[in-house]
Amino acid sequence: MELTNDEEKSLNGEHGEALQTAYRILSATGEATNAEKLVPIHWAHVSGVNYNTIGDAGEEFLANLSKKAKFKVRTTVNPMGYDKDSVEKFGLDENFIQKQESIKKSYKKMGVTPSFSCIPYEVYDMPQEGTQVAFAESNAAIYANSVGKLKTNKESAFSALASAITGKSPYSDLRKADSPTMSITMKVSEPNELTFGLLGYFAGKVADKSVAISGVKNLDKRCNKSLCASMGTSGTCGKFVLDDNSNTSERVDFDEKEMQKVYDELNTTDSGDLVTLGSPQLGLEEMTDLAAMLKGRSFKKRCLIFCPRAIQEQARHLGYAGQLESAGCELLSDCCTCLTPLVTKNDADSVTTNSIKGAYYLKNSNGLDVNLKPLSEIVRDETS
Amino acid sequence: MTEKTIVKGSVTGKVLKSNQPINFLGAIDKKTGSITDQKHDLSGKSIKDTILLFPHGIGSSVGAYTIYSLKSNNVAPLAMACQKADLTVASGCALANIPLFILSPDEYDSIKDGDKVSLG
Repeated sequence: MELTNDEEKSLNGEHGEALQTAYRILSATGEATNAEKLVPIHWAHVSGVNYNTIGDAGEEFLANLSKKAKFKVRTTVNPMGYDKDSVEKFGLDENFIQKQESIKKSYKKMGVTPSFSCIPYEVYDMPQEGTQVAFAESNAAIYANSVGKLKTNKESAFSALASAITGKSPYSDLRKADSPTMSITMKVSEPNELTFGLLGYFAGKVADKSVAISGVKNLDKRCNKSLCASMGTSGTCGKFVLDDNSNTSERVDFDEKEMQKVYDELNTTDSGDLVTLGSPQLGLEEMTDLAAMLKGRSFKKRCLIFCPRAIQEQARHLGYAGQLESAGCELLSDCCTCLTPLVTKNDADSVTTNSIKGAYYLKNSNGLDVNLKPLSEIVRDETS
Repeated sequence: MTEKTIVKGSVTGKVLKSNQPINFLGAIDKKTGSITDQKHDLSGKSIKDTILLFPHGIGSSVGAYTIYSLKSNNVAPLAMACQKADLTVASGCALANIPLFILSPDEYDSIKDGDKVSLG
């Protein structure tokens, strides 16, 4: 990758340690994506906020970086470990809270927009089509490229952080008019959001940088988010296009048999001790929809709903938050099902969810069994 | 010898080779360097001080922090070598200063688990 004279100087440390670190990261990611240069970006979304995932080394790194670095472009951040309004209800120790607060402080010092959300695309107005951004958080990157028509790499926590500090990112294939080399034909009839989650997990495994999907018409928000999140979990693919006439060299089918294989890999039990909804966090449309589905019904077991703070405030104002709480749901903001420290083996053996991404991390990181069901079946089976 | 160098360095060591992609966030204990994903072909093995060969990284963008933590906790591999580069592994190795190489398909196939190799 070619650097300008000024970028070269930054890489050599002439503009301070923070920029040197940032350019060292961008040089590596530039090589990794075969980019020929860096281009300006207009919005960075950074992951690596939850103490549960970044740990002591991450907390110390950010505390140190924040002494020297300032964000150059608008920078939003992923969820952290808890909702401060309800943290005392969960058995987190003092050390966890102290380290999490330190991480928040470091991001604040660098000039962050304190979104604590994995769905920045539903919290903020989207820039115009084709705008270059740098989104870590795989579901948001794939959503931005595929649904939002923005341009981003499937950034890592560090590459998005480096972009936030420099305002630049490698000009990779995903940032250009790239066409997919593989297409997947959807052969499962009457799909719901879980079906699209399973399709996304399959697609992430078989596709490279981008993929075409045929046999799918319009997707609603819930299905789109499910597809983006699961695709980001299983692979490196950063974009999908719905296209029945793509001219790709490789074609594969996603049929009932393939779907069952993915389901059997992720579903480990028939029933959960509690229900979690929101990985990605729920947006206003999904909260409104759920409130309608729950009319006159109430959850028979604990149900945690994760949503951005701004969305919870809107939902409260419109009355939906109260309706969900009346139906037995607990609303949590600033945090997410995925990699939550709030649901551990001390609290439950198993979780019911409609999120493939949530299931993957609840199983692999939290060590819990997972029961996967579409939302309609969760409401049917877990409420009365 | 390598097709591409993502993070520079020169190392000699014993190869730990996997045929499966690695999700650094979900599949590795950052304190011990052990692979915790029971469905992974390296399940239970430690990546500490190895030359870790695997196809590529997958999954969470926060996996980059796991790579940095492995280094801070002195349980990181000496180097990593992949079939294709991804941003999580590239940026994690860049910050942690772990040499990272992309190998040609022939070279990747010719290196076996347990081999002693020099890279870089």
